[in-house]
Amino acid sequence: MTDWIHPGLVIFLGAFLIPWIKWRRVRLAYFLLLPLVGLALLFLTSSGYFGQIPAWPGALHKWQIPFLDYSLELGRIDKMTMVFAYIYLIAAFCMNLYAFGVKNNWEHVAAMIYLGSSLGAIFAGDLFTLFFWLEIMSWAPVFLIWFRGTRKAMGAAIRYVLWHHFSGACILAGVVIHLYHTGSIELTRLPWGWGGEYLGYNLMLLGFIINSATTPFHSWLSDTYSEATPSGSIYMTAFTTKTAIYCLIRTFPGVELLMWLGAIQAVFALFLAVLENDGRRLCSYHIISQIGYMVAGVGIGTEMAINGAISHALCHIIYNALLYMGAGCVLVVVGTAKFHELGGLYKYMPVSFWLYMVGGFSISGFPLFNGFISKVMTIEAAELIHNAPIYLLLEGATVGTFLHTGLKLPWNMWLQGKDEPPPNIRAKLKDSAFNTPIHMLIGMSILAFLCIFMGVYPKILYDQLPFPVEFIPFTTTRVFSIMQMFIFTFLGFWFLRRLVTGYPTYTLDTDWPFRMAGRKLIWFCEEPLMGFARLMDRKVMEVVDLIVWISKNPVAAFEIKRKEMLLSGQRLLSRPGSAGLCNQALEEEKRKYPGELPGLTLGASIIFILFSFLLYLALYLFAIP
Amino acid sequence: MTSFVEHLPILIIAISLFSALTILVVGWFNNRSCIFIFWLTLLAQFIMSLFILNHVLAYGPIHYWLGGWKPPWGIELVVDSLNAYILIILLFLSLACAIYSKSNIEHELPGKRVSFYTLFQLLIAGLCGVTLTGDIFNMFVFIEIFSISAYALIAARGKIALKASFTYLILGSIGTCFFLLGIGFLYSITGSLNLHDLSILLPPFYDNKVVKAAFVFFIVGLSIKMALFPFHTWLPDAHAFAPAEISAMLSGIMIEISTYVFIRVSFSVFTLEFLKLLPVFDILCWVAVAAILMGSVMAITQVNLKRMLAYSSVANMGYIMLAVGLSLSAVESPWGGLNPALMHIANHALMKGCLFLAAGAFIYKANLWNITEFRGLAKKMPYTCAAFVIAAISMIGIPPSVGFVSKLYIIMASIEIKNYFFVAVLLISSLLNLAYFWRVIETMYMKHEEGGRSSHGSHGTSEEIPLGMLIPILLLSSLCIVMGIVWLGKVPIPVLDQVNLMFGLGKVP
Repeated sequence: MTDWIHPGLVIFLGAFLIPWIKWRRVRLAYFLLLPLVGLALLFLTSSGYFGQIPAWPGALHKWQIPFLDYSLELGRIDKMTMVFAYIYLIAAFCMNLYAFGVKNNWEHVAAMIYLGSSLGAIFAGDLFTLFFWLEIMSWAPVFLIWFRGTRKAMGAAIRYVLWHHFSGACILAGVVIHLYHTGSIELTRLPWGWGGEYLGYNLMLLGFIINSATTPFHSWLSDTYSEATPSGSIYMTAFTTKTAIYCLIRTFPGVELLMWLGAIQAVFALFLAVLENDGRRLCSYHIISQIGYMVAGVGIGTEMAINGAISHALCHIIYNALLYMGAGCVLVVVGTAKFHELGGLYKYMPVSFWLYMVGGFSISGFPLFNGFISKVMTIEAAELIHNAPIYLLLEGATVGTFLHTGLKLPWNMWLQGKDEPPPNIRAKLKDSAFNTPIHMLIGMSILAFLCIFMGVYPKILYDQLPFPVEFIPFTTTRVFSIMQMFIFTFLGFWFLRRLVTGYPTYTLDTDWPFRMAGRKLIWFCEEPLMGFARLMDRKVMEVVDLIVWISKNPVAAFEIKRKEMLLSGQRLLSRPGSAGLCNQALEEEKRKYPGELPGLTLGASIIFILFSFLLYLALYLFAIP
Repeated sequence: MTSFVEHLPILIIAISLFSALTILVVGWFNNRSCIFIFWLTLLAQFIMSLFILNHVLAYGPIHYWLGGWKPPWGIELVVDSLNAYILIILLFLSLACAIYSKSNIEHELPGKRVSFYTLFQLLIAGLCGVTLTGDIFNMFVFIEIFSISAYALIAARGKIALKASFTYLILGSIGTCFFLLGIGFLYSITGSLNLHDLSILLPPFYDNKVVKAAFVFFIVGLSIKMALFPFHTWLPDAHAFAPAEISAMLSGIMIEISTYVFIRVSFSVFTLEFLKLLPVFDILCWVAVAAILMGSVMAITQVNLKRMLAYSSVANMGYIMLAVGLSLSAVESPWGGLNPALMHIANHALMKGCLFLAAGAFIYKANLWNITEFRGLAKKMPYTCAAFVIAAISMIGIPPSVGFVSKLYIIMASIEIKNYFFVAVLLISSLLNLAYFWRVIETMYMKHEEGGRSSHGSHGTSEEIPLGMLIPILLLSSLCIVMGIVWLGKVPIPVLDQVNLMFGLGKVP
């Protein structure tokens, strides 16, 4: 076991020590040390201390443990795992710095368990180990949501668990069916098709795309991330979805379905973001949109696309953590992230504004920021397979991203053209320009530095990617075309900025695509399509509620429903007013609901037993020759 | 050469009966001493059962002739790997419940200590007798012994428990009566009551309608006793209103003993040839699936925690019977034959034992019956709640708990026979389990007590239950995880493989 040390396991086990350290300073130092130890182990691994890592797709195999009739592999180390693990740990270090101020030690524990299990999933070399770590990963964030302590957060937590338990069940079923058919548990590229013998793979893919919040299963993400604790949500943005993307890259590269889902998702999520008023929720929709690029990259499946998906996942972790930190520090300092309650904060927290803007530029794919070098690679891959719709969807989504995260969110949170924030917010701020805690700013600065550094010097990332990169992001055409889009978006935004504060971006959102594709399409997307989506959402929720209601006491429920129908029939036939008495009785009955459950009486049970006995007897004696 | 171990089967039953009488007599003079007699007896029995398992594994089955009469005429005790395994589970759970009962009984049944322990000891005597005997009529007698003590124990609390007990009395009597009728039919055909003798005499009569009818009597009678859906109607009330340790015994092992009887009758008396003649087990699978879904859905609608657990038992009997139903067709090594069924019998005893004892602890400390009243309980009783959560997540089936292992093996068996519907049902039921246990966990941990009057720090651990009650709960809950790992390591599989070999199930070597 000493030939390698599993960084994930070290962090996972180390997490449990945190609450037992009495002195606050030592505890915080230890909390920072955990990811650093992980990094040190990774550094030793990549420098060949535990053995040279072979060239892709070769891998170093460590920690193989016999289990049932199989051999579990806790450490499969190749180029892809290393680059994922590095970014996870670097991001986690910054997040830990950011989370310094959190008083609840158990939140730190949950975060580190979460980090450790994500690393475990990344290093897993077989499906059982992967499933084990994914299952732990699905539980750890629940605590990060819970610790917020609000009623909405509790609801979000249970929805989160149900979603992930479901996806876990799908993955397990898929793994078991795969195992039964092939007898192998290796985590490797799996075949793809529909139904029948591919059922297991369909289930596994379903599990992974739920985990990665791919449309149409994205709703858990915006729901839960915005309800988690301010620092907890930052951990959540990084690990669950990216690990799912990692799994997709390993198992289902080049599945065409993913390409379409991803491209549609990249645009669809932006439409959902239009109506958003909460800063962190807005960012959530952008995570979903950005994940679209990665999923599309996996779906395209060429070497360049895979490289693009990986690098985008990694860059995304960094800039997205930065964005969430920016929105989160407003939430921490003034207690709300709702646009209509904010504005004019710039004077009091300028540093966090500029750090946020670095993230904003990165996510929009501004040249010289890291979003550009990774996003463009996926788009280019779509171009190279000559698939115009995918290419247009992916390219077009850039505009929306810039509009929302690069312009609308900072405008509404920090500026809104006001010099001073609203009075109730102002009361919570000190008079200086440094209202944000310094450890948060340090955490954000490191990430912001990485954003720019990777953007200016992409080679450092490209060299780590599994496939060789011959791609040069900074060509004149690309830089020019993307700048053009940004400039026009900005101009549009600037002239209409007054409207944005009133009815957030409704007009603007239509503005740019309108020039591209015509009014009809936009109208169709916004009115019937969105209306339909909302209707579906509402109807599904109503049906679920109804089922829950009926299950509380089916007998009484059906009785009430029957009476309701009778009553409405009566209303149609007779004059109004005569049904009032019945109505009152019905209301009374509804109020008492669910009441006592009727049970089977003894006599009924006995008759039932005799009846079943006769049935069995008849079956055995006569029906079967 | 007869080793002393060969006398242990009869000793287990004899000292149990003898101790029941002793408790009654000694209790007249000094009612504090009965608990110690009870503990000592159980401890002795448990140690004996370990010896028996060891002997059975090393030297093969033990045959003990009562009074030296040769088998077809006299009564014979037969211990093979199946009943040695069941016996250990039975006595271990009884021991845990016995330790728990010391503090709890004074609270739940004040002044009834002597009669309680006498009846409890008789219950265990009956259960041991059913497990050990090799004679079908003797089996019936012991079933009556444990049933009657169970009726009395359920009624012990009085009031609403009387009604629950009465319902169980009527339905349980119908069940045993059916069992007796089945025995009578077989006796009229073969003239024998010995299990082994019957299995030799029966094959020529497999086409006989009397034999088929006898099997129908067995299946219906035992379904009632083991509360298999749709005959579960007596169970929720009986389990909900009995004292906590009795609920744990009823749910954890008593209904499973009826399953054991079913397995014994189907495989030892009617052999595989008979079972392959009729689609008995295929029908059983579908009934079991209905039980799983029905039990889980009904559990969701319950407000009373013990009733919820009782419905969960109905669902779990579904799991066990589904595994029994699959045992004929699934043959691959770790999950073939009766393995998953026997495995879940042990696992269910651990999980449900722990859950019922924890539910009893809530009643003991604060008279809390309903889930909605559990707000903020985790702060007051941290250890009990933690144990409850561990057992609950085992029920849900999160690795590496015991619940996960048995569900995994049942799923593997269903996949082997290519019935994906069962796989879907098992996965759905896992979600349903999550739904109803989550409510409890959420109320205990996440919701704060109303009014906030008890939010002062002065409480601490003072609200925790006495150590004597806490130890069995913690023991069972930690075993939920430990046994899960042991199962995954396949340590006890050889015992189960011997059972399969004995009945000709699993892969034929």
